[in-house]
Amino acid sequence: MKLVACVKTTPDTTATVKVENGKATWGDAPLVINPWDEYAVEAALQLKEANGGTVTAISVGGEDARIALKHALAMGADDALLISDPALAAVDPQAVARILTAAIQKLGGVDLAFFGRQAIDDDSGTTPAQTARLLGWAALTLVSVIKVDGGSLRVERAIEEGRQIVTAKLPAVISLVKDIGEPRYPSFIGIRKASKAEIPTWSLSQVGIPVPSAVVEQLALMDAPVREVVCELVTGGNPQEIAEHLADKILGEKLL
Amino acid sequence: MNTLVYIDHFKGEALPASWEAVWVGKTLGKVTGLVFGSGLEALTKTAFEYGVDEILLADDASLADYRAEVYASTLKQIFADRGCDMLLFPTTSRGRELAAMAAIDLNTGVLVDAIALEASGDKLIVTRPIYSGKVLAKVTCALKPQIVTLRGRAFPKPAPQPGKSGPVTKVAAGAGALTAVEGYATAEGVISLTDANVIVSGGRGLSENPSLQPPAGLDAKQTEVWRAQQGFGMLKEMAGVLGGAVGASRAAVDSGFVPYAMQVGQTGKLVSPNVYFACGISGAIQHLAGMRSSKLIIAINKDPEAPIFKVARYGVVGDLFQIIPALTAAFKKRLGK
Repeated sequence: MKLVACVKTTPDTTATVKVENGKATWGDAPLVINPWDEYAVEAALQLKEANGGTVTAISVGGEDARIALKHALAMGADDALLISDPALAAVDPQAVARILTAAIQKLGGVDLAFFGRQAIDDDSGTTPAQTARLLGWAALTLVSVIKVDGGSLRVERAIEEGRQIVTAKLPAVISLVKDIGEPRYPSFIGIRKASKAEIPTWSLSQVGIPVPSAVVEQLALMDAPVREVVCELVTGGNPQEIAEHLADKILGEKLL
Repeated sequence: MNTLVYIDHFKGEALPASWEAVWVGKTLGKVTGLVFGSGLEALTKTAFEYGVDEILLADDASLADYRAEVYASTLKQIFADRGCDMLLFPTTSRGRELAAMAAIDLNTGVLVDAIALEASGDKLIVTRPIYSGKVLAKVTCALKPQIVTLRGRAFPKPAPQPGKSGPVTKVAAGAGALTAVEGYATAEGVISLTDANVIVSGGRGLSENPSLQPPAGLDAKQTEVWRAQQGFGMLKEMAGVLGGAVGASRAAVDSGFVPYAMQVGQTGKLVSPNVYFACGISGAIQHLAGMRSSKLIIAINKDPEAPIFKVARYGVVGDLFQIIPALTAAFKKRLGK
C-alpha cells in the first residue's frame, strides 16, 4: 500500500503562547510535530506493518516543517517530502488542503492519506475533509479503529454520540483521534537515520499548482483575556462542614 | 441577509449548539433551517419553535445516516438553486466537516469555531480561539457566501415558542456517496462532555485513596487502576446528583484509568460548562486550555500550590476522598434528591 501521512510543526502543548507585535510567540518553548499528527504517522505505520507498503510523510511549510518530517522519519516513515515556497508565507488551512491535494496527485497511486484530527496551533480541523473533497476521496474523519481488507476499509469514527462504523473503498482520507493507540517513540536508530536524511523539497511549481490564495484574512491577534479570579479557599472544622459551606457557595452562584 | 443554518442532529435529536446557531442567525435576519435525514417531522416542528423562519427539508432514506459526501452534495445543490449570503453551522463533528466541504464546493472560505461575531459592512468578523484558546484571532473572509461554524455554548440558546410554525420546502438528496454506515456503538446514557452543564473531572490523584482494600490477586498496575475506578465512581455519583458528566485529565487517561473519550484538555475535549469541578487535577497548561472558559471552576486538591487554584473561584485544600462524598451528600440534601 502507498500511504501518506500529512504532518505539521507546532509549538509544544506546554508552551505559553502570547501575542507580541501582532504575532503569536512562544518564547523558547520547543517546536514539535503536531501531537495529533503523531497518531497519523502511527496509524500509517501500523497499516504498513500489517499490509506492507511505504509511508511517506509530507509537510507544507518553511524550514521548521522539517522538525515534523524528521520526527515521522524517526518513528519509521520510509521517506519525507517538504513542500516549501516563498509564496507560502500567508497560506491558510484551505490553501494547504489544495497544495496537499496536488502533491498527493503528483505522487500518484496513493491508497490512503492520514492526518491528525487538527493542528494545535490553528485549531481549524478542516484540512482532512477539504483534502478529501478536493481529491474526490471518501473523508473518514475522527477515526479510532481502522481495518483494511483488500480494497475495502472499515473504520470506527468518534462522534458526539459514541462510535459510527463506516465502510469505504480505497483510496480515502483518514483523520485520527487518540484511540488509535499511543504513537511509538522514535528508536535510537530511527533518530540517527532521520538526522542524516536528505528531505527532498518541492516548490509549488514542482507540485504543479499556482499559488493558492488565502481565503481567510487574519485581521488581529489578541491574548486571551486573563481570568480575573481570586480563589476563595473554603475551610471548615471537618470534611462535612467544608462540604456544606462549599455547596452553599456553589448553589449561591445560581449556575446549577 | 439571507442566512442558512444547518440543524445538526443524531437520529432526529438536535444538538443544543444547533439552536444556538439559530439564535445567531436571527440576529442577522431571516433564518432558513437546513434539515437533512430521514423521518424528521418532529425535528422540523422543534426547529420552528426555536425560531427558524422556514425549513428546507431533505428527507430521504439515503440520508438516514450522516455521510459527509451526500450531505455536502445536498447542500451544494441547495446553494446552486437558492443562493445565500451566510451559512452557519454548529461546531460539532458533523458541522465542522460539512462546513469545510461546503467551502470547497461553494468556492469560498470557512471561519471555524467562532465565539463572537461582529458585522463590518456586509462582512462578518469572527473571533475564534487558536492555540487552544491561549490566543484569540479576529478573522474574516472576503468571499461569498460566508461560512461560519459556531462553538457550542458560546452563544445563547433561544427560548422555544411552543406552537410556532412555518413553511417546509422539500429538497432533493444529493448524490456521490463514497461510504456506507454499518451501525453505531453508542455510549449509553452518557451526557456528552461538550454539552454538559456540569462537569466533574478527576486526575491521577483519584487512584490514591489509602483507605481502600483492593481485591486479592491484582498486580501493582491492576491495583492502581482498580483504585482509580473506585475514585472515578465517586465522581460519577456526584455528577449524577448534579445532572452532569465526568471528565478526566490527560494524566488519568494516559495511566489507563478511564477512556480517552473522557479527556478534557488541549488534546482532548474543549469544554465550557457552567460549573467545572477539578478533583485531584494539578492544572497543567494542557488541561487549562480545555476548560478555562467554564463559568465557575472549583478545585479540590491536597497541594495548596497546585496551579489549578489560580483559575478556580472556589478551592478546597484537602483530601478529596473525604470532601467529595461529603459534598455529594450536601448537594443531595439541598437539591432534594
